[in-house]
Amino acid sequence: MRDEPLRDKRLKGIGVSSGIAYGRARLIERGRPDIPKRHIRPEQIDKEIARIRHALKTAAEELNRIKESIPDDEVKRHAFIIDSHVMIIQDQVFVNDVIELIRKERINAEWALETIVSRYLAIFEKIEDPYLRERGQDVRYIYERLIRVLVKGRVSDLEDIGKRGKSIIIAHDLSPADTIQLNLNRVSGFVTEVGGRTSHTAIVARAIEIPAVVGAGGIASLVRNNDMLIIDGDEGNVIINPSEDLLRDYIARHKRYKIQQREFLKVARLKSETTDGFKVKVGANIELISELDIVKRYGAEGIGLYRTEYLYLSRNTLPTDIDHFETYKRLAQAGSLEYITIRTLDIGGDKFISDRAVYKEPNPAMGLRAIRLCMKEMDLFKSQVIGILRASAFGPLKLLIPMVSGLDEIRRVKEVVAECMEELERQGIDFDREIRLGIMIEVPSACMMSDVIAAEVDFFSIGTNDLIQYTLAIDRGNEYVNYLYEPLHPAVLRLIKQTIENAHAHKIEVALCGEMAGEAMYVPILLGMELDELSMNPYSIPKVKKIIRGISQEYCKGLLDEVLKKKTAKEGEEFLRGEMASMFPEDFIRYV
Amino acid sequence: MVEGVLKIKNKLGLHARPAALFVKKAGEFDSEIWMEKDGVVVNGKSIMGLLILALPFGSEVVLRVEGKDEERAFEELSRLIEEGFYEL
Repeated sequence: MRDEPLRDKRLKGIGVSSGIAYGRARLIERGRPDIPKRHIRPEQIDKEIARIRHALKTAAEELNRIKESIPDDEVKRHAFIIDSHVMIIQDQVFVNDVIELIRKERINAEWALETIVSRYLAIFEKIEDPYLRERGQDVRYIYERLIRVLVKGRVSDLEDIGKRGKSIIIAHDLSPADTIQLNLNRVSGFVTEVGGRTSHTAIVARAIEIPAVVGAGGIASLVRNNDMLIIDGDEGNVIINPSEDLLRDYIARHKRYKIQQREFLKVARLKSETTDGFKVKVGANIELISELDIVKRYGAEGIGLYRTEYLYLSRNTLPTDIDHFETYKRLAQAGSLEYITIRTLDIGGDKFISDRAVYKEPNPAMGLRAIRLCMKEMDLFKSQVIGILRASAFGPLKLLIPMVSGLDEIRRVKEVVAECMEELERQGIDFDREIRLGIMIEVPSACMMSDVIAAEVDFFSIGTNDLIQYTLAIDRGNEYVNYLYEPLHPAVLRLIKQTIENAHAHKIEVALCGEMAGEAMYVPILLGMELDELSMNPYSIPKVKKIIRGISQEYCKGLLDEVLKKKTAKEGEEFLRGEMASMFPEDFIRYV
Repeated sequence: MVEGVLKIKNKLGLHARPAALFVKKAGEFDSEIWMEKDGVVVNGKSIMGLLILALPFGSEVVLRVEGKDEERAFEELSRLIEEGFYEL
């Protein structure tokens, strides 16, 4: 804790949700207040018992109130956490244990509560099953809440937020259980000490379109409640107690940003066509239903990638057949979208393995995940495929399979899909018999085999993020080697070009859904290669459309020819950057 | 008294959500309800008890019911377990 107020203190994190926010800070503390431990006189026993009963009642009421007020559908999924917490609070065995201890040992409510909870937690620690052992966290969470009621006389710091205008939330980390309790209407931004682009904080911030910075280590100990903050969700900057000048500067920048956004949105609705008439589809990559609104506003023609991992990660249980169907049906019925491409489960992990002999994978990125996991856990895969098939009766869905490395996998997938279709026919359930089945091209072997594979699928979607990693043998998250992650590496360009040529030779379409698609600088190269679709983060669409509309395909082909002659990525980058800076001076000043 | 051995079919075992469902249903009956695994017996109406009993996927548990509505209680609770608490 610091003594004097800081001024103009800057911190750098990772910007994960666009925009600038300025306002008062509100700290979410995770630490427990000190537990008072007292022996009490016999005549005080009843009072202590009344205190604990009151705390339990208050906590349960608060939890139920929170459950009623959850605003966002996506966040509402976590309501079941609250149900089980309420049940634990009302558990007679648990409550009686605490009361008996107060009576027998003649100690105060806090001490009794801590003792009983510790006993339960110790038992949890001994549970072998890792998932069930984790449930001890629920008990710990409830304990902290109850102690706060007893010690501070009020429920939790989270409820105070919003009493005086909007706040910027500062925390070490925010879990679904935390964000569910925030009145999101009163939050103007998030900053957490840990996390990355796919953290829960990032997802929620993007869904409700407020700025967020994660990975700002140390901020929770620097900021005090009610400090004035500026956060920049693009650059990842946080400034504590900015001076007048700095604040004025940021307010101006905020205004410019809003104007730029409005300009972009005008472009967004226009056709994605080059000056000489080459059409390319522009789609969006999303993972939440709540992002559909943004998708339409930012001008996407369709969804090039709907990631389904969130369905599995956002909850403790596996999604049921109904969960799958309901989610995909909502996507299908979204309206004004030409296509919605759903990618089957792409991750791995203990959670999905049914046989209990869990093997610790030394290299999970290259291990049992995505389609390999699905081939092993067939029930899991079929449950998802059937959900997608059923939903396909309601709108233009496409099926996309990740991490395909060869023809065998594709043939097996097609068999399974056919089995699922037969089952649905037997049950008289409607689905799109012509649903298109495509694969992600991200494993280099798939690029090399693209001529053979193109004959057996309906479309390709190039996942450059993983393709670049596998091709150059680098882990992007490894700070020592991520300088090698270069989209313009000649090897990568050759693989992409070859894939597209083979696909077109077999008359199937190719999309590119990696980050490269949303980077303005690479757009001409991708256009030159005659990609059929670019799919990206919706916020990138307006800028990319602007580039597409301001360029001719002929020029792009010329550009591509030159870039392909370069022997290193660096030469390619320099050349391309130079060209783009002269074609689009206002957009590329920053890079120079 | 009615008693029987049941197998846990949920992929993630008897965690918070199925435990909550079980306790909610158990609370509807007057009878006393017990769950036993490896000699440890817990009250079936206590969610803490069930969580601590720790029943992973594939484990076996003895369900024991005693009271006025024991037949119906046993039938409905065992069905809940057999059907994997709506997660299958």
